[in-house]
Amino acid sequence: MAHLDIRQLQVGYGDKTILHGINLQVQKGEMIALLGPSGCGKTTLLNAICGFVPTQSGEVHIAGHEITQLPAERRNITMVFQSYALWPHMSVAQNISYGLKVRKIPKAQAHKRVLDLLSIVNLEGFENEKVTNLSGGQRQRVALARALAVEPDVLVLDEPLSNLDAKVRLSVRHELKALQKKLGFTSLIVTHDQEEALVMADRVAVLNQGRIEQLGTPEDIYQQPETPFVADFMGADNCIIYKTSEPNVQLHLPNRSTAQTFALYFRSSATQVQAFSNSKNEAGLTLSGLVEQTAFLGQQYRHTVRSGEQVLQADSRECWPIASQVSLFVPPQALHVFDLATHETSNAFQSNLRG
Amino acid sequence: MSQTMTTQHRGFRSLKARFTLRWSFWAQTAFITLLALALFGPIANLLIWTIAETWYFPHTLPNQWGLKYWQQVFNPYSDVSGSLMTSIIIALCAVVVCLLVSIPAGYALSKHTMPWRVGFMLLFLIPQAFPNLTVYINIARIFYDWGLNGTLLGVVLVHSVHGLMYSVWISVAAFSSIDPMLSRASRNLGAGPIYTFIHVVLPQAAPGLIAASIFVFLESLDEFTGTFFVGAPEVTTLPLLLYTASMEGNYQISSITALILLIPSIGFMLIINKFMRPEMLSKLGK
Ligand SMILES: Nc1ncnc2c1ncn2[C@@H]1O[C@H](COP(=O)(O)OP(=O)(O)O)[C@@H](O)[C@H]1O
Ligand SMILES: [Mg+2]
Repeated sequence: MAHLDIRQLQVGYGDKTILHGINLQVQKGEMIALLGPSGCGKTTLLNAICGFVPTQSGEVHIAGHEITQLPAERRNITMVFQSYALWPHMSVAQNISYGLKVRKIPKAQAHKRVLDLLSIVNLEGFENEKVTNLSGGQRQRVALARALAVEPDVLVLDEPLSNLDAKVRLSVRHELKALQKKLGFTSLIVTHDQEEALVMADRVAVLNQGRIEQLGTPEDIYQQPETPFVADFMGADNCIIYKTSEPNVQLHLPNRSTAQTFALYFRSSATQVQAFSNSKNEAGLTLSGLVEQTAFLGQQYRHTVRSGEQVLQADSRECWPIASQVSLFVPPQALHVFDLATHETSNAFQSNLRG
Repeated sequence: MSQTMTTQHRGFRSLKARFTLRWSFWAQTAFITLLALALFGPIANLLIWTIAETWYFPHTLPNQWGLKYWQQVFNPYSDVSGSLMTSIIIALCAVVVCLLVSIPAGYALSKHTMPWRVGFMLLFLIPQAFPNLTVYINIARIFYDWGLNGTLLGVVLVHSVHGLMYSVWISVAAFSSIDPMLSRASRNLGAGPIYTFIHVVLPQAAPGLIAASIFVFLESLDEFTGTFFVGAPEVTTLPLLLYTASMEGNYQISSITALILLIPSIGFMLIINKFMRPEMLSKLGK
């Protein structure tokens, strides 16, 4: 049985429903990333789990007990806040031991636990520091230690790394993951950064407009997106609508008829730039177009190629001159193909994302 | 041709600029001098009066200097020390009453979900909206019926009504400027709402509440009209004493009293300056 079990959860503010029937089962010791664009309801989901916003319908269970209606203080779910939410009038040690003090743990024992936690998060010797004197990364680690001090049933983290600068973010990300492996706490981590989700989580849930679009291992989500939204969000940001009559597009798919209208998603990194050739009968997608723009990315050049109406991005180690005619080729395993008849809403997703 | 015209033009422009600069410099100097005179002139006069033993009309400076009146004032049996005590006791009680009302009121009103929020906040401004005198005369009449006229309690209540305007508004600002995530973090770790309020919310609001208390204290110390109608003649505060002393022509005593009244004001202003956070001021009335 799942440790944290969310069933048909519906949450909103006033009349506005934000989360529409969320189902999510988190196993003990598992780390699940909630990934989605800004405003899709990630924070709202965490707040509902923590008891900060009331639920409209649905249930939340922890270790077999229903907690849907319990007040926040009786849930034993702790949150690491995006803004850290450390108490500025308390020292580092006072912040961390707050939950222990509330639980009336003897002082000596609480102090020992604080020291243990400080060494776990690599902040030895900081116990008497004022939290306002700490850097962002250090504050985030104090917030983590504070949340872990009470040994919560579930730890939820709301974009814990988004306020850190890029370099610190990478190192804190690694520490967090290592810590989660070592201590084995059950956790939900919210992020809008796909790389962060892939690196840290055991499973990833992609959210869109208050619904879980896909739940799966990082590999599944990355390699087999089930919907156009997931494909796009996971970085397959080239999209073409394929119609059979298109003259400069050729599509050959193994085991699949290409007589319908498809939406094709693929990554710019999986797109090969080749010298223009008229007829290619390889399996995969072949397009011809003109190079409009190039940008140096370090490892490679990114080419903006116009093919008819569509503008696509393709990466290549070679820099093709502007206005040269090229062929773009995408191998079949790198193509995410969606039948437009079954994904009627895909255009809505598109306009939503790009708009 | 056109070149000479532009140089001429430029010359004229710079002359004009210099003139404007000069003019604004003198205007500023004159303004600041006048302001200083307006501010410090009466204070200088007051200071001189405190150390004058005799000072008759046509003379610019006192005829006889001395500290005789200071001794009179600080004589433990003088009216001044007695009414100083009364003033301080009343001010402290007004602070307590105002805090008791404005801590819960300020906390409740800082929640944007509260219905009739603006209405409640305006309620505390109403006594200020009417002419002071009318309000106090009416209060005095009601208090007379209740037997509160001439009692310390009556005066404390009058001062509190006046002080509530400041303390409620400042408290609302103080509570509003607290990040709501701070209390969420506390609830999250197992603390109930009351524990959270005492250990997280109140310490965060403390600077604002201290500022509010100081305002109430100072306002109470300076209050005249209400005390006059409700308290006199049984209750004599420093401003009442000051009034009687100047009515009797005893400028020395009234100047020294005024100086005593000035000390806490200046001291507390410095403290407020230290405690009031700018972001709190920006939340005033929000
Ligand atoms: N307190 C609130 N009152 C009303 N609407 C809110 C509130 N908090 C968030 N929302 C709305 O709920 C939606 C989801 O917000 P949120 O869960 O914060 O998104 P995310 O964390 O994924 O960026 C947004 O459209 C936002 O405007
Ligand atoms: Mg959010």
